[in-house]
Amino acid sequence: MKRIQTLDTKNLCESAKNGGCGECQTSCQSACKTSCGIANQECENADK
Amino acid sequence: MIHCYKLGGLNIVLDVYSGSVHLVDEVAYDIISMYETETLEQITEKILAKYGALPDVTAEEIKACFEEIGELKQAGKLFKEDTFKPMAGDLKQKSAGIVKALCLHVAHTCNLNCSYCFASQGKYHGDRAIMSLEVGKRALDFLIENSGSRRNLEVDFFGGEPLMNFDMIKELVAYARKREKEANKNFRFTLTTNGILVDDEVIDFANREMSNVVLSLDGRKEVHDRFRVDYNGVGSWERIVPKFQRFVEKRGNKNYYMRGTFTHANPDFVKDIEEMLSLGFTELSMEPVVCAPDDPSALTEQDLPIVLEQYEKLAFLMLDCIKQGKPFTFYHYMLDLKSGPCIYKRISGCGSGTEYMAVTPWGDLYPCHQFVGEERFRLGNVWTGVENTAVQDEFAACNVYTRPECENCWAKLYCSGGCAANAYHATGSVNGIYSYGCELFRKRMECAIMLEAAKTVGK
Repeated sequence: MKRIQTLDTKNLCESAKNGGCGECQTSCQSACKTSCGIANQECENADK
Repeated sequence: MIHCYKLGGLNIVLDVYSGSVHLVDEVAYDIISMYETETLEQITEKILAKYGALPDVTAEEIKACFEEIGELKQAGKLFKEDTFKPMAGDLKQKSAGIVKALCLHVAHTCNLNCSYCFASQGKYHGDRAIMSLEVGKRALDFLIENSGSRRNLEVDFFGGEPLMNFDMIKELVAYARKREKEANKNFRFTLTTNGILVDDEVIDFANREMSNVVLSLDGRKEVHDRFRVDYNGVGSWERIVPKFQRFVEKRGNKNYYMRGTFTHANPDFVKDIEEMLSLGFTELSMEPVVCAPDDPSALTEQDLPIVLEQYEKLAFLMLDCIKQGKPFTFYHYMLDLKSGPCIYKRISGCGSGTEYMAVTPWGDLYPCHQFVGEERFRLGNVWTGVENTAVQDEFAACNVYTRPECENCWAKLYCSGGCAANAYHATGSVNGIYSYGCELFRKRMECAIMLEAAKTVGK
């Protein structure tokens, strides 16, 4: 029986190849201003 | 590295370095937890002892599951080794010398007198001041000049209360719209306001020009009015809530956040989230207060379990609201597992002191708004640029791998090592960690991943 369900997620290792375009939002420009969370930032890489 | 946890009836396995998320049953959960340290024979013995009474748990089944885990490992989706550490410095270097975001302190003054304000009522421990149009224009020119090939440039109108300098903001935005065409840039503005000066002119202007507005509301009236009072000590809730409702109603589908702060006085902050929802707001953020440990509003060790439980309660509230067809957003639970940030972003973090800087009303540059007023951290100014390269280098060298405490933390690629200002205030070093904040952050990420998993499986 199937005991493991793998969700569809971004491959972080692949993102090392063409990531870092820097066009995504600076995390503190949104709502927090007092903590650092980058996981909620949307990727804006046109070549992703 | 993996992180296994149970939440909301789900057994979740996060593979840290691949970013993979697996939902597993109890048997697989236990096998995965033993996989790297025990043999198949040892695992089989233990699993049969625990689950052997179940008809579908046999030695063959355990072997099949063991092999599936091996296949996932082979595919780089489980127990993926850390290949990022050697390239961390190089990844962060991709942004060297580039500035792409400024927090403009257009008003170091405020029309409210909130005792918990990290900016000490907008004064940042200095004099009251208003930014001139000349300084504002120079700041934008500095940004354009130092933005390299970056097209999207972010500018936050911040304070104090930025609307106390609204006329300048309007003129500066007009200047930016002219300059962005000339320079082939795209300015994205954010306005953070306490609401007191919001009127129809502000609403129409902000809804036209601001990519995002952050509206400060702490939730319940008694909670909000405990701290957010004017200079006569009168609470602001009744004055601002109708304005914010009108603001949001007229904003259509453009971004906004109702942004609250919770303190030692209301660690049960989900009630404040519920109040925001009942007022008709759906894009919500609620932040733990940032203040000195001896401040009466500071969160205590006794508050910690309450706050952690509240984060779980909030996640379950969100699931309930989705089922009822009334979804809402919580800033820290926004997580896009499929197309979220790349590894570069996850390692380098917020870019404070390098990509991102704060500008005072006098045109001085600081690594971020939370360092303003700390003379040691003054980087330079918008006319001559960064002169204090020693401090900038300190920030440029800062990444998730430079903090020893983060080495074995499963959440490090979600927080990038945390907020440098929080670390500095907690430990005296930007390379330290604010461990209380880490506890909260890890719980938020567990909840955020659980929510995404639950949505995926329709739970």
